Amino acid sequence: MKVLVALKRVADPDNANKVKIPADGSKIDTTGLEWKPNPFDEYALETALRLTENGKTPKVRAGEVVVVTFGPPETETTLRSALATGADRAIRVNATDEQLDGMTVALGLKKLVETEQPDLVLVGKQAVDGDTNQVAQLLAELLDWPQATFAATIREEAGGLVVGREVDDGVLSVRLKFPAVVSVDLRIVAPRSVFSLHTDPAHKYNEGVRFAPLPAIMQARKKPLETKQLADVAPGARAKVTYVSFEAPPKRKAGVKIADVDALLDKLKNEAKAL
Amino acid sequence: MANVLVLAEISGGKVKKTTHSAVTFARKAAALLGGSYSILALGSDVSAVLGELAALGADKVLVAEAPTLEHYLAEHYAPVVAAAAGSFRVLVATASAFGKDLLPRVAARLDAGYAADVTELLSEGTSLRYKRPMFAGNAFGICRIESAVEVVSVRQSAFTAAEPTGSSSPVERLAVPAAGAGASRIEWVNLEQVKNERPELTEARVVVSGGRALKEQFYELLNPFADVLGAAIGASRAACDNGYCAPDLQVGQTGKVVAPALYFAVGISGAIQHLAGMKSSKIIVAINKDGDAPIFQVADYGLVGDLFKVLPELTTKLRALKDA
Ligand SMILES: Cc1cc2nc3c(=O)[nH]c(=O)nc-3n(C[C@H](O)[C@H](O)[C@H](O)COP(=O)(O)OP(=O)(O)OC[C@H]3O[C@@H](n4cnc5c(N)ncnc54)[C@H](O)[C@@H]3O)c2cc1C
Repeated sequence: MKVLVALKRVADPDNANKVKIPADGSKIDTTGLEWKPNPFDEYALETALRLTENGKTPKVRAGEVVVVTFGPPETETTLRSALATGADRAIRVNATDEQLDGMTVALGLKKLVETEQPDLVLVGKQAVDGDTNQVAQLLAELLDWPQATFAATIREEAGGLVVGREVDDGVLSVRLKFPAVVSVDLRIVAPRSVFSLHTDPAHKYNEGVRFAPLPAIMQARKKPLETKQLADVAPGARAKVTYVSFEAPPKRKAGVKIADVDALLDKLKNEAKAL
Repeated sequence: MANVLVLAEISGGKVKKTTHSAVTFARKAAALLGGSYSILALGSDVSAVLGELAALGADKVLVAEAPTLEHYLAEHYAPVVAAAAGSFRVLVATASAFGKDLLPRVAARLDAGYAADVTELLSEGTSLRYKRPMFAGNAFGICRIESAVEVVSVRQSAFTAAEPTGSSSPVERLAVPAAGAGASRIEWVNLEQVKNERPELTEARVVVSGGRALKEQFYELLNPFADVLGAAIGASRAACDNGYCAPDLQVGQTGKVVAPALYFAVGISGAIQHLAGMKSSKIIVAINKDGDAPIFQVADYGLVGDLFKVLPELTTKLRALKDA
């Protein structure tokens, strides 16, 4: 199986409450926050690796994983660490952050898919900066491929996948034939969420994503990393959603600590009138 | 054209309440644009819900029926919705799993811009502006969409459900265009539904959420508590990941967003990603044994203590209070 994984870096999501909005509302200022890979994209990469190996120690690779990012030269860090984790090749589409939105990325990915011809495109369900949740769906439509968003489980079968999607009232299973687009949700990195045709049915992965061993980090420097230009992969793409201003969220005023259950019930009943 | 099209969410032969939030948005948008709104219903047979949809004050109820639309699949729904939406200025649905899955696909088909999870509708003249949360609700962006059709998903908790107006909107049937190649490569297998007799998490007046601390006693402790309050049960990611509860209970940035009148966070630390899903609740109560847990920074009432003692006591005393 050949898998294309799209990766994005985001301002440290665990410190998202430290973003600042200047008084004129002109931007979201993330100065001081470290760049981190978007967690859902890390899960997508982990999923791709699980699908292209036999799940034994030592693992035997059975397929190819190509990672792609859109961004300025420093986003190669994201690609190098993906290569260290196990991806085979990387492509960076050179662009400034300002040039990029979901549709532009989807158009660029479409072009890359046409040259790379993967069986599967895997992405995270949302980037936790813009929180838009759209690239998989946009790309699937542009390609006229089937989509399975919010994947919590994936089981490969001949010529396709059965995907368990986390929806509002449970888990919805769909059967896809390759080629297809899948966006992954949190539970995809549970120990028994992903089974390829090669995975030992008894195999249990470690919870979460794998970390690159030190020698792999060295070797990753030798893995191929290709650069393309945004104008070549998404000519004429133009953002259709324009931000006119930004605001900080309303602040909640700090509450009070309550001594015991009786006092809490009294407050809820008589002060908040919430019971 | 300055009209608005609401995409109804129909599941198990019923109109989901998400639809009513989208209608509230549509009423505001239509008023700002000086136009009207219509409602679009898709399925293999939607006759059972037409009465309810027709009573929501829409200009028209558009209906697309075909055997291929029996189960929701974006590949089959997108061409129908896109064809219907082409003559409208705004297409709106709620940002439920359904809306989030389908609307971007429709937007791509219409070559339209898409604003996700909108919490407020603003305007400048007759040009609409959409306010939407970013960075786990730590910033809001106000955007405009520059395409013939503007595609919008709205946050359910930010738009109260529309009441019926008693109208009986005329029903118009649409032709169902052929689906593309993608549709021939996907098949609906089954929906494993978690049985839940409680109010819907996103609609409940009271939500009691449990975290990692509840361990295997998640339901054992929360069920009786939720029963006394008539509450929905929610959870943190850690509780869901560890299998203490069903995954669809997750509240947060990447789970469900709730804004009930009363929210209890029990044994939940208050990570940024959790706060994003419940910070707009009217009253927040936190029960946590760690007095420094970040959840206390957003809680109106904080009780520092061991939940295994506090929760049973609270349940018993609350029941006594209710019975009195
Ligand atoms: C990409 C991504 C998306 C995420 N999305 C979400 C999301 O949508 N929703 C979400 O909730 N999280 C989400 N998270 C996870 C989030 O970062 C936290 O890890 C999670 O919310 C923690 O859950 P918790 O508070 O139950 O567990 P913990 O952080 O482990 O907190 C447990 C709390 O219980 C308290 N406690 C322990 N024992 C007792 C006791 N006996 N009595 C009282 N209190 C006790 C502790 O003091 C502690 O504060 C996401 C994370 C990532 C990376």
